[in-house]
Amino acid sequence: MKTVTLSAAYIPLVDAAPLIVAQEMGFAEAEGLTLDLIRAPSWSSVRDMLAFGRVDAAHLLSPVPVAMALGLGGVTTRLAAVSVLSVNGDVICVSTALADKLRETGFAFDFADATAAGEALSRVVTDTLRIGVPFPFSMQVELLMYWLTALGMPRSRLDVRTIPPPLMAQALAAGEIDAFCVGEPWGSIAVEQGFGALLLPGSAIWAFSPEKVLAVREDWAETEPHLTDRLIRAVWRAGQWLSRPDSRITASEILSRRHYLDVPAEVIDRSFEGRLVLSPRGEQRAVPQFQVFHDGLATFPWRSQAAWIARQLALRAGLNPQSAMHAGRGVYRSDLYRRAVRSLGADLPGASEKLEGAIAAPVTQAAVEGSVHLMKDLFFDGRIFDPGQP
Amino acid sequence: MSDRLSIVVVEKDRDRAIQIVDALKVTDDYDIFVIADERGLARQIAARAPDIVLIDIDNPSRDTLEELTLASGPLERPVAMFVGGQAGGLATAAIEAGVSAYVVDGLLPDRIKPVLDTAIARFQVFRRMRTELAETRKALEERKVIDRAKGMLMKARNLSEEQAYALLRKAAMDQGKKVVEVAEALVTAARLLG
Repeated sequence: MKTVTLSAAYIPLVDAAPLIVAQEMGFAEAEGLTLDLIRAPSWSSVRDMLAFGRVDAAHLLSPVPVAMALGLGGVTTRLAAVSVLSVNGDVICVSTALADKLRETGFAFDFADATAAGEALSRVVTDTLRIGVPFPFSMQVELLMYWLTALGMPRSRLDVRTIPPPLMAQALAAGEIDAFCVGEPWGSIAVEQGFGALLLPGSAIWAFSPEKVLAVREDWAETEPHLTDRLIRAVWRAGQWLSRPDSRITASEILSRRHYLDVPAEVIDRSFEGRLVLSPRGEQRAVPQFQVFHDGLATFPWRSQAAWIARQLALRAGLNPQSAMHAGRGVYRSDLYRRAVRSLGADLPGASEKLEGAIAAPVTQAAVEGSVHLMKDLFFDGRIFDPGQP
Repeated sequence: MSDRLSIVVVEKDRDRAIQIVDALKVTDDYDIFVIADERGLARQIAARAPDIVLIDIDNPSRDTLEELTLASGPLERPVAMFVGGQAGGLATAAIEAGVSAYVVDGLLPDRIKPVLDTAIARFQVFRRMRTELAETRKALEERKVIDRAKGMLMKARNLSEEQAYALLRKAAMDQGKKVVEVAEALVTAARLLG
């Protein structure tokens, strides 16, 4: 079959799976596409390749297109987040030294209670906490800031440092940082190498956070509406396939290949199964909703998610939160997503905004046609974000 | 403030760093500082407050520079990745060559251009060398596999080297494959068969 080749940049992470699977399992081909996947060394280079037209699409941190729309960061080309690629999937990992200190205070690593973990951390870290994140505009930063400031840790006690995901374990081993927050498999790799212990999954802070998005240039989406639709559909089908338990082993094998993640399939499988090994001692924990690729409308780019991100960014950067929320909303293109997936018979919600943090247990809601299922999306402190409230 | 532009070059490889610095010195009288140890990169750079930072586009530590775009204090000067503007296609040329430049807020394009032109020229040479090296390596690898396959055929079917090579070539032609692919298949199969 004759296909159109689209180039797409990604960072070696488990949540690049929808793009990789779309190409490897034939979902791209079914849409008449071939994806030329380019593994990038850093998030800046993913962003630059997309912004300067070296690639057509990218696997991108969910806050990056929002930050660019707010004029934050080095490059401010207008991007469109046309689909969410994955929800959740981050882990917070502490050094073995810090883990030992936490255990001495009687803290049990339950890998679930964000309040208890944060309070224990505040008790044992007496001066500053040096913590690694993959990029200044990332869900990791948002989750950490939300969590630690809600618990009353002053900003001055946090030393947040940017470190590329594959180098996190090394930085922890070298004593440059005390902890980090990153997407899998890089937390589990630090555990495997004996340098760290997992403290919390990102989902313990926000149970349903948009982690990565499928991004294209806004002008590209306008000039290539059909390619945009086909790309969204290919990735949507890949996410659906990934959500099936019997796809797990195949997906882990594909991702573990040398030119993709180049880490053991067994370590990758932990994310797909949602069962993590917490420390070199081998304790395991199952985490519901550890990483979501399809269920609960995971790939729907809710404008309220963009508004939440924009508000958090604006508050830290000293911008007007109201105008930031307005600008942010426009980047998450639920309109393009709807147009693309309608033909797949996908269930679509009636509205493109919702309260964030208001669902305590899975619910079924009336939709455009039929109904949609939504999953738990609580913040650990029970706050609810209403995108319509000033 | 002195009129000399201050430039920080982030480069681990000593030879490459020297080549970049030498090329820049020929261009103009710059105040150049090389950072080879990338630990705490953002802090090291912030401490020197340079006008321009040059860094390999493939360097994973480049993400730490993004922190510098968020200068928070009143005395800090935010930097932005150089994206061209008045200087036209310079940014694209830089990306093609594999160098990224971070430029302090308010620096005039005509002061940036000579620095970038020099860096681009230098990085183009690096890129060409890297490609050539990779190609040489690949050619060597391929020859090794073909030699091994030839040896196996010579032994198994009692052929001369020439005959063995002719057989490989014919198989490749019949299957519409490259000789090296057939050789690889043979070597892999032989390994499986013990």
